[in-house]
Amino acid sequence: MVSATRIVNGKVYDPINNIDGVIRDICIEDGRIVESVPDSATRIEAQGMVIMPGGVDIHCHIAGPKVNAGRKLMPEDHRKDPYPGTAVTRSGSGGIVPSTFTTGYRYATMGYTTAMEAAVPPLSARHTLEELHDTPVIDKGFYVLLANNIFLQNLIKEGRQEEFQQAVAWWMNATRAYTPKLVNPGGDEPWKGKRNTNVHDIDEKVDGISPRQIIEAFVIAADKMNLPHPAHIHCNNLGHSGNYRTTLETMRTAGDKRLHIAHIQFNCYGGEVGKQPASKAAEIIEYINQHPNITCDVGQVMFGNALSMTADAPLAYMLRGINKNKWVNADTECESGCGIVPFTYQGHVYTHTLQWAIGLELFLLTENPWQVILSTDHPNGGSFMNYPKLIRLLMDRGFRRQEIARVNQKAIAKTMISDLDREYSLYEIAIITRAGPARALGLKNKGHLGPGADADITIHDEMEDKEMMFNAPRYVLKSGVHIIADHEFREDHTGRLLHITPEYDQKIEEVIQPFFESYYSVQFENYPIDKSYMHDNEVISTGST
Amino acid sequence: MSENTRTIKNAVCTFCGCVCDDMELTVDLDEHRITKAKNACILGRSWFSEHVIEDRPIAAIGGKEVSFEEAVEESAQILTKAKFPIIYGLSEASVEAQREAVAIADYMRGSIDSTSSVCHGPTGMAFQGVGESTTTLGEVKNRADLVIFWGCNPAEAHPRLFTRYAVTTKGMFIPRGKKDRTVVLVDPRKTASAPVANIHIRPKPATDFEMIWALRALIKGKKVNASIEKVTGVPLETLQDLAERMKNCNFGVVFFGMGLTMGRGRYFNTGALFSMVTDLNEYTHFVVKPARGHGNVTGADQVLTWQTGYPFGVNFNLGYPRFNPGEFTAVDNLARDGADAAMFIASDPASNFPKAAVEQMKRIPVISLDTRRSVTSELAYVVFSTSAWGLNEHGTAYRMDDIPITLRPAFESPYPSDVVILSAIKNRVFELNIDKRSIGMSARSDIGKATLHASM
Repeated sequence: MVSATRIVNGKVYDPINNIDGVIRDICIEDGRIVESVPDSATRIEAQGMVIMPGGVDIHCHIAGPKVNAGRKLMPEDHRKDPYPGTAVTRSGSGGIVPSTFTTGYRYATMGYTTAMEAAVPPLSARHTLEELHDTPVIDKGFYVLLANNIFLQNLIKEGRQEEFQQAVAWWMNATRAYTPKLVNPGGDEPWKGKRNTNVHDIDEKVDGISPRQIIEAFVIAADKMNLPHPAHIHCNNLGHSGNYRTTLETMRTAGDKRLHIAHIQFNCYGGEVGKQPASKAAEIIEYINQHPNITCDVGQVMFGNALSMTADAPLAYMLRGINKNKWVNADTECESGCGIVPFTYQGHVYTHTLQWAIGLELFLLTENPWQVILSTDHPNGGSFMNYPKLIRLLMDRGFRRQEIARVNQKAIAKTMISDLDREYSLYEIAIITRAGPARALGLKNKGHLGPGADADITIHDEMEDKEMMFNAPRYVLKSGVHIIADHEFREDHTGRLLHITPEYDQKIEEVIQPFFESYYSVQFENYPIDKSYMHDNEVISTGST
Repeated sequence: MSENTRTIKNAVCTFCGCVCDDMELTVDLDEHRITKAKNACILGRSWFSEHVIEDRPIAAIGGKEVSFEEAVEESAQILTKAKFPIIYGLSEASVEAQREAVAIADYMRGSIDSTSSVCHGPTGMAFQGVGESTTTLGEVKNRADLVIFWGCNPAEAHPRLFTRYAVTTKGMFIPRGKKDRTVVLVDPRKTASAPVANIHIRPKPATDFEMIWALRALIKGKKVNASIEKVTGVPLETLQDLAERMKNCNFGVVFFGMGLTMGRGRYFNTGALFSMVTDLNEYTHFVVKPARGHGNVTGADQVLTWQTGYPFGVNFNLGYPRFNPGEFTAVDNLARDGADAAMFIASDPASNFPKAAVEQMKRIPVISLDTRRSVTSELAYVVFSTSAWGLNEHGTAYRMDDIPITLRPAFESPYPSDVVILSAIKNRVFELNIDKRSIGMSARSDIGKATLHASM
């Protein structure tokens, strides 16, 4: 390990510190960025190169039970994409859901140094931690699925908001999670208990509770606890024509409190349920432009292979109906559902092109890129390996026009995409891939290069072809460790688990335990996760810790 | 029995795939053994009571006692010198040990396989082919009003599947336990599980596929010829009745065992069953669950999948994982004289593998890690005595429904854990094989990968 490093002569893009392509030195010591280092420090010559903080993926699916089921489901996909080991790295399999080692190394190879697994049932949090431990280089955390938790729903129904908040805090601690995740709130009970139906409206009550009540309860609890990242929601009616109204109502439910809408592209559709969708990207982005309390990640669809994996089991079943391909459903008692379906986005298909164009519209129409974060909802909209190509689509108008010409023109005509001339700058790319997600996550030491920041740094050769440029940074440093130098792996690294520990009144356990003993299949005392699963970890502070 | 005892609550039984975590163990600290296991089934009770500390050397080579370090060195040398070394077992080891074992296979560029390949391997292959609608056991307890056991015998293999998870237990929407459920057993034999069933269907042996295929047709409202009785031994009316029950229940579940996976048809049987359950979800909520045998065979599937992409039968000869059951599975590797060295972890294949495979074990250097003397440890060249997972060591086991449970050890063992042994072997194998692993492997090769991926 190199203890001190000075990077010289590179052009720095650091939006949090308002640095836009200025040539300046970056100094690193003990894994952090510092004001200066001794002359004896290792030097990296970065002339002609672009320096950015390491990428931060705010929403992806990389570890845990559904990811591993998706991995197991796709041997044909791994076979086409082997990933050999090196002197310092483990081997693995690639494809749409790579093995854990390959996931970590490929993120690093792309210049990403932090990633958040976005949907974990609490009962499987231990599994997720074990996989994250085997996901090298990057720092990581996960969002825990709480919106279809029957115990929590009962508290909401009974109007016990204070106890609800205590219980949410207990669950965050018990599972070592980063924030609460809401997926199709209220949709599990119709799926599991009412013969595979779903909830269809944000105000529809199933067994005495509506999605809006659930959303509201989480928004308020997250706000009161001052969580670094607010409730992270996969809205109701995802994927259905006409769902933009649900999305707007979901955002309105938050009022002026913070809320993160996940993969919002999938929730921007006009039209009638069951019929062809239309783009409502403009209506959605208009609301976001006027409401700085909202952040979202786009969930861009990229043409090619994808694997739909979601806690929204009815959605996966609907997708399965399209091609009758192999399908996984996995229920978790009292907590969650899950569905997995292989999927291919094709340029000649109207709906797929429309989805692709809506994602680009969202990026190109936003007035504030800090609110609109780059993601493909990996692997739902396509692999994270598509990020460099997506960056080129945003930065290179000519390339975008070429790609538009190759896809379904009927769909293109229903969107504004052909009229949008905007090109993202490197500064703006640094916002939507680094500074923006770090800020939305409340990670004060990430997404920037000021003193005190984690020394997670990527150094790219500046190239005309932005896809090539972002595909392979020349240097990648993680916590100051020189992971990649001259495009070669030089060191392995475990990475840290990022989690929160909001305070709670221990009396809440007396309320939770009787429910547990009646309806769970594991012992209450064996449910919380002990420290042995934590490896390197960092507690991100909340208002209460 | 001494006075010096302690009680451990919420301890975990790792005997079978039920991984029950409500044991109350009484431990005799002087005699280093468990004297009482409250809540355990008959299998669990003998599991706990039979584990005593045997007087064996920590390590032996060729029958002679050696130091731990010597045995580690010899093992690493054997695995490195071999052209086609294999690792097998894993299902009675913790996830932590399994992770080390896969690392060794990667570094030595050999094969690794778990006992899955001789039990529910065909289940994994069916999963790869058609997917699966499944659940955790708590949802069965809470919701299942139709419970089918197919080709399995929980009364003798998973006793608490009945009492703790699936039949007599009461749940959220099943307030009266068994009274609120219909239990069906499909098995040619009148097993000990038969008295539990409301309906016992006894097909002719090895006609499961035909029976499932007929049920699929009936579920979809297609006509099935009455001659199906001749094929399966089950009257058409019985099949029609079962199809209607399946379509009309609120939450149905099928548990199945090796009667399906190891009978004629193997992954055709399991693939047909998974497809039938998928079909049923057009009418109601339906799930399926393999009744897994060993305490952490599910964990072995999980670890191999997350580290390599494949659940069992994995080979690293080319420097990256490949999957091919029938080629890289342990029985096949041994029986065709392929494997030239073997490491068996917490498993006794010499007692149950086919003769040709066992003959090969006798010809090659074998390394054995086990808590006790076994047929395999007797023929092994390097033998490690290990502490017992779950009883002496912390760690994790995955229940048959993929839920990870943390183990609560009861008493200390003088022997090292398999994690400690495997970790030491791993570090040495890594050093010895460093030349095989290219230093200049370019991170840039991913550029080509990305293009390849986009064009796929």
